[in-house]
Amino acid sequence: MSEPPVPGDITPALEVSHLDVAYRVRGQDRLALRDVSFAVSRGESYGLVGESGSGKSTVALALVRYLPRNGQVSGGTISINGQDPLSMGKQALHALRAKTVSMVYQEPGRALNPSLRVGRQIAEVYQIAGASADEARRSAQDMLRKVQISDPDRVMRRYPHELSGGMAQRAVIAMALASSPSLLILDEPTTALDATVEAEVLDLVAALRQEFGTTVLFISHNLAVIAKMCDRVGVLYAGELVEEGPARQVFGDPRHPYTVGLLRCIPRRGQRKDRHRLDTIPGFLPAPGHTMTGCVFAPRCALAQDRCRSSEPPFFDVSDLRISRCFFHASAPDLPRATPAADAALAEHDTGEPLVEVAGLSKTFAGSGGGVRALADVNLTIRRGETLGLVGESGSGKTTLARVLLGLTGPDQGSVVTLAGAPLSPDVRRRPQQTLRRLQIVFQNPDSALNRRHTVHSLISRPLTRLAGLSGAALRDRLAELIGSVRLEDRHLALRPGQLSGGLKQRVAIARAFGAGPDVVVCDEPTSALDVSVQAAILNLLADLQKTEQVTYLFISHDLGLVRYLSDRIVVLYLGRVMEVGPAETVFAGPHHPYTEALFSAVPSLDGQRPDRIRLAGEIPSAADPPTGCVFHTRCPRKLPTGVCESTEPPLLEDEPEHLIRCHIPLAELRTLQRNESAPSQGGSL
Amino acid sequence: MTDLTVDPGAPGDPRATPVGAVAVAAATVLAPPTRWRLLLRRPTFVVGAAIVLFWVVCAIFGHAIAPFSPLAQQLLNSNTAPSGSHWFGTDPLGRDVLSRVIVGARDILVITPLATVLGTILGTALGLAMGYLGGVVDLIAGRLVEAVLALPAVIIAFLFIVALGSSTVTLIIVIGFIFTPLIARTVRAAVLAERNLDYLSSARLLGENPVRIMFGEILPNVMPAILVEFTVRLGYAVFAVATLSFLGFGVQPPTPDWGSDIAANYSGLLAGYWWQTLFPALAIASLVTAVNLITDSIEQVLNA
Repeated sequence: MSEPPVPGDITPALEVSHLDVAYRVRGQDRLALRDVSFAVSRGESYGLVGESGSGKSTVALALVRYLPRNGQVSGGTISINGQDPLSMGKQALHALRAKTVSMVYQEPGRALNPSLRVGRQIAEVYQIAGASADEARRSAQDMLRKVQISDPDRVMRRYPHELSGGMAQRAVIAMALASSPSLLILDEPTTALDATVEAEVLDLVAALRQEFGTTVLFISHNLAVIAKMCDRVGVLYAGELVEEGPARQVFGDPRHPYTVGLLRCIPRRGQRKDRHRLDTIPGFLPAPGHTMTGCVFAPRCALAQDRCRSSEPPFFDVSDLRISRCFFHASAPDLPRATPAADAALAEHDTGEPLVEVAGLSKTFAGSGGGVRALADVNLTIRRGETLGLVGESGSGKTTLARVLLGLTGPDQGSVVTLAGAPLSPDVRRRPQQTLRRLQIVFQNPDSALNRRHTVHSLISRPLTRLAGLSGAALRDRLAELIGSVRLEDRHLALRPGQLSGGLKQRVAIARAFGAGPDVVVCDEPTSALDVSVQAAILNLLADLQKTEQVTYLFISHDLGLVRYLSDRIVVLYLGRVMEVGPAETVFAGPHHPYTEALFSAVPSLDGQRPDRIRLAGEIPSAADPPTGCVFHTRCPRKLPTGVCESTEPPLLEDEPEHLIRCHIPLAELRTLQRNESAPSQGGSL
Repeated sequence: MTDLTVDPGAPGDPRATPVGAVAVAAATVLAPPTRWRLLLRRPTFVVGAAIVLFWVVCAIFGHAIAPFSPLAQQLLNSNTAPSGSHWFGTDPLGRDVLSRVIVGARDILVITPLATVLGTILGTALGLAMGYLGGVVDLIAGRLVEAVLALPAVIIAFLFIVALGSSTVTLIIVIGFIFTPLIARTVRAAVLAERNLDYLSSARLLGENPVRIMFGEILPNVMPAILVEFTVRLGYAVFAVATLSFLGFGVQPPTPDWGSDIAANYSGLLAGYWWQTLFPALAIASLVTAVNLITDSIEQVLNA
């Protein structure tokens, strides 16, 4: 984002001052936002970042008065282009929503009417603005072209459910821009999308902002996305703005202990589980509607002193552009760590003999008009004591692979899975108790994985009695040890999952997986439902447990940062095929498979140094109808002109020891290609 | 069957046997004290419960409460209209209608809940099996359920009564059997919503057997749906019992019973003896209404 357009008019596009929003719950007003003030000048892109419960979406809703029935603005003012939506009559408010402000939400599917064709929905925006049906249709076509939909006519004839997630979000953005709004509010617009699609949509938003000069309020929990997309950023915590400033400065040199802590929770490039323990933020977000004196962050802050608890800090000017709501903003970067930095005495794990071996694994799901091949001839080895990272976008077959290993999904005939040399039955019901004990899983979503009618005690003790055969005193001792090692407390035992926070629930799930002393634990996106600060604690826990319990992990994630942090070796899946396997460092250092390269370059990074993105054209093809030859050729930016990619599936070749790549381009050539383009870009966009 | 035992310390844990399951239904589902309090705060629930309680008291202590013996005939006093001495009037045999209504609560209040409990237990077990096991079990049981549902309930009842002979036990079995497919269908739908949740995969990874998974893992989660279905069916059961005894398949005269009393006396309506029919009918209506009030309240509290 280069220079914001110089505004001739100095009224900010959006000015929020001292905004208080309360939700009425059981007859009591609970403040969700307190004294939030910020301004976005014309053409600027302003980011609001915060974890769940910080009130960031409430800001978005309050701006256009879309608060739910029990919510109301109880103080402060809002000004959009000098107009005050809070005092507007119905008609003026309607006009404001129709013409001045547009919003894009997380789920594109919910923003589109499922029973109307996409074209009609976009054209409608123009018709409301007074265009004739014909003009509206043509304008809609133009707009779809602007959001890089190459065949607008075809898309316009579709119903929303016939579009992929990325395509639908583009259509929503097209709709949002159709009214040429002066303020565009994007509330987690890419959170539901895959990494490569997210990168495309973010690029699109950046490009459109250049073209239209639209003011953008960008709301996200993802700090890296905000860093990429925004000129300035405000950090929200528990309904209060705690720090604000230019994005690069705030993320490069944070001056509020919360921002400092949040940034330390994220694994950075070059950090590994065995050398860098992630820092965490101790404690919990205060309950909504808390009545706390002093600084909201004080209970969780290592720098807090009596002053912080007795009086609320005002905003301090850190520099002319930056403010921080902290008495000790100057020493915030020196925030003491909540967890010890590094564990020097790391047990050298021997990643020796193969523990799990998968050979010729295929899985075809029956479907109308032929099967869907979710996995095609997958071969891989998990070695004792290692973490094997499994990476891929949605539909790549990651979860299917995990379920086949666990025996929850039966593979096709001819597939072989062995554990320590012994073949595993494809059906979990036929596996002996000893095998069950050795192979466990931590699911992505603890709400689904934990029976909500059982207590924590019965959830955790069940594997102990059932698989480990413990009872009496031995059971009690092991249970106490287990809840201690996942850092739960005795008082949690009597509770049910619904009474626990997301992080605590995931700890229960981890305790259950480790209860019977497994050899292999499959971690299927174990932190993707959690906030950043909670995620760090869970990752530390997984790393610690691996050390103490000597387990092997199959770690599945779409988040490359996490995979890089935790994994010893990495497998990259695309459309059910292994595209690349190798030691984590080698895979990350490259040369990589073009798909891996695209995945890496799609991930926005906090430090602003990104490799040049190689763009992936189009969407992930359907597994029901995979492309011929190399399945990646339809999107591959490095496709060979000879046509071999379309006709022949490349073999998985071991060009370097341990490092296998499925590509027609020889490794040496990939190396040259990728080295030439990976020179860090300077200037230009942030 | 050792793996059917559940932690004794954990309140509200399901008893894995189907018989226990329904007995602790209310306790399991309404376990948090707040739900009971929410329920007691609803006027509809309080009114409904008061009416049901009144009839329960009548059923248990009917003979003590009733001003006259419900069987004592006073032929000189037949067909008298409601008055100070006979509040609800008398029937063609001179029996006190009020006393017959009070004592007549007994059979309907015994048959109705037992029949509903029977139907709920069978329906729950069938629904769990259909929903969880799926496949062939679901296919076969599903067709059977549809077949039973396609037949008019009264015809099925006739068949049973003719085969088994009319008795209280027969009525319980008949109504329980008629309700089974209806309840099974509801439970199956609730189980399908649970079937893809990961906690079932977790249970399978612990090597739990299907019985334990159905009754220990799924049942507690579908209990709210079962409880609502149970109370809905209770209302229908009152109707069913009254209908069958009206048709002469229930309690046999001279034992007082709302349905058979209506059947015995409705011809008197033409002669203007309305009280002989109206009061038993009102009794039926009040019980059905009261049960439905309770159903509504429970449903709303569970959905809140």
